[in-house]
Amino acid sequence: MSRIKTYEEINQKLKSGKAVILTAEEVSKMALHASPEEIVEKVDVVTTATFGAMCSSGAIINFGHANPPIRMEKIRLNGVPCYEGLAAVDSYIGATACNPDNPEYGGAHVIQDLLEGKDVILEAWSKGTDCYPRKHIKTKINIDTVNEFTLFNPRNAYQNYNVAVNSTKKMIHTYMGTLLPNLRNATYSTSGELSPLLNDPEFKTIGLGTRIFLGGTQGFVVWPGTQFHTTKPKNVFDVPVTNAATIAVMGNLKDMSADYLQAAYFEKYGVSMFVGIGIPIPILNEEMAKWVSINNSQIETSVLDYGTVGTPKLGQVTYEELQTGSIKVGGKKIRTAPVASLSKARKIANELKEWLQKGEFEISKPVQMFPENTSLNSLKETEGDND
Amino acid sequence: MIKKRYILNFPPQSGDKAFSYHLVKDYDIRINILKAEVYPGKRGSLLLELHAKKDNIEKGVEYLQKNHITCEPLDKRIHLKEEKCIDCGNCTAVCFAGSLTMNKETWKLEFDKDKCVVCELCIPACPLNLFTIDFR
Repeated sequence: MSRIKTYEEINQKLKSGKAVILTAEEVSKMALHASPEEIVEKVDVVTTATFGAMCSSGAIINFGHANPPIRMEKIRLNGVPCYEGLAAVDSYIGATACNPDNPEYGGAHVIQDLLEGKDVILEAWSKGTDCYPRKHIKTKINIDTVNEFTLFNPRNAYQNYNVAVNSTKKMIHTYMGTLLPNLRNATYSTSGELSPLLNDPEFKTIGLGTRIFLGGTQGFVVWPGTQFHTTKPKNVFDVPVTNAATIAVMGNLKDMSADYLQAAYFEKYGVSMFVGIGIPIPILNEEMAKWVSINNSQIETSVLDYGTVGTPKLGQVTYEELQTGSIKVGGKKIRTAPVASLSKARKIANELKEWLQKGEFEISKPVQMFPENTSLNSLKETEGDND
Repeated sequence: MIKKRYILNFPPQSGDKAFSYHLVKDYDIRINILKAEVYPGKRGSLLLELHAKKDNIEKGVEYLQKNHITCEPLDKRIHLKEEKCIDCGNCTAVCFAGSLTMNKETWKLEFDKDKCVVCELCIPACPLNLFTIDFR
């Protein structure tokens, strides 16, 4: 009978320093010569990671009450609009919100400035109420003056993502970077065999409550990410061949590091934020050993034409091909470039490995597994509404 | 023989003189014009690749400078804030000259300034705005 391990057993091994931990890249190499049966015997935890631009990110901030108090009904942080519909002094600043006077500076930059200990100007307005009489406030805040400063990202760590190309005669600017005309370049954004959700594609160990590496500290998977799609087409290795599932994550920004969160501005697109996420996969059984064994030659993704409405699919390639520096689409050789940092992802996978080795990080069993067989609704326009 | 790229900035009074002819004829320098711009007021900038004996290049540069043309090696005019680079690769997507590439082992950015043709596409392509090029 094949070996089965429990979370408790693995955590016990982690505590006593006896656990064997490999990164997903290391285990993929090992799997070239070792069967899943051997891997489950030899390996306890596999660390996965990604460091890419994740637009659906942001922070919950509680500013604290001023005297006299204000019920903030319009809020700006360094000129960037924040959500004002959360009680008196709670707010949510989205990474992609931008300062209308300086569109290259946005919510992600505010988060990074606060993270780096810089002062940020808070300005808020209110109509004034009997219990919150104040109508205006303008002051400086920083990471130490605010109460809670919590990263809450509704959609991160996409399970696979498309390759972007542009078949038109004009250069276009996208969240996948600058796409040169006439299929002169192709960009891709996933860390391939190191990518978290490609190592547990059926969410057997990742679920609600999974403890993860988030922005340099311990965070949690708190929900399926928005646009959580588990029924996208899969290849022969059971890997979705386009962007599929996602996770929502949360963590204490006061403990995070600017090394693993980075504000970004994409030309003619807008502001986004690079987020560093690492997820440990416990090797509970042969099935998990099989999933983490997957390598870049087995993970495929779709090449989409971002220059054409409807982004038609032009081909399908492996991450092994993408990482060689060129792919062939319709007989044409196209130069490839990543738009997410594999070197940072490796750093995260290794840091998470160290935390586990030192017994500083406990593997957590999800308190609830994610839904299966999900798909997405598109936004339907009802007749006459746009007249 | 060495090959080196220089940025030349021409003041208004030098804009219409045949300097490149003299570089070839008098200093035996093979020149390759990679980029040229002329601005209002007769100012201009050139990106030149000079291919010659080291000694000849030095003399040619001296000749240009005597004629009030600023002539600086290209690598002194291109700056990347390397310490802030996250190695995302966005700049390599647009660098058709092959100056910016990803190391296939470490996946860190490598910048060979001698291959740069000052197309300047990396400047807006970098999501962290880490490039500055002083061409004009």
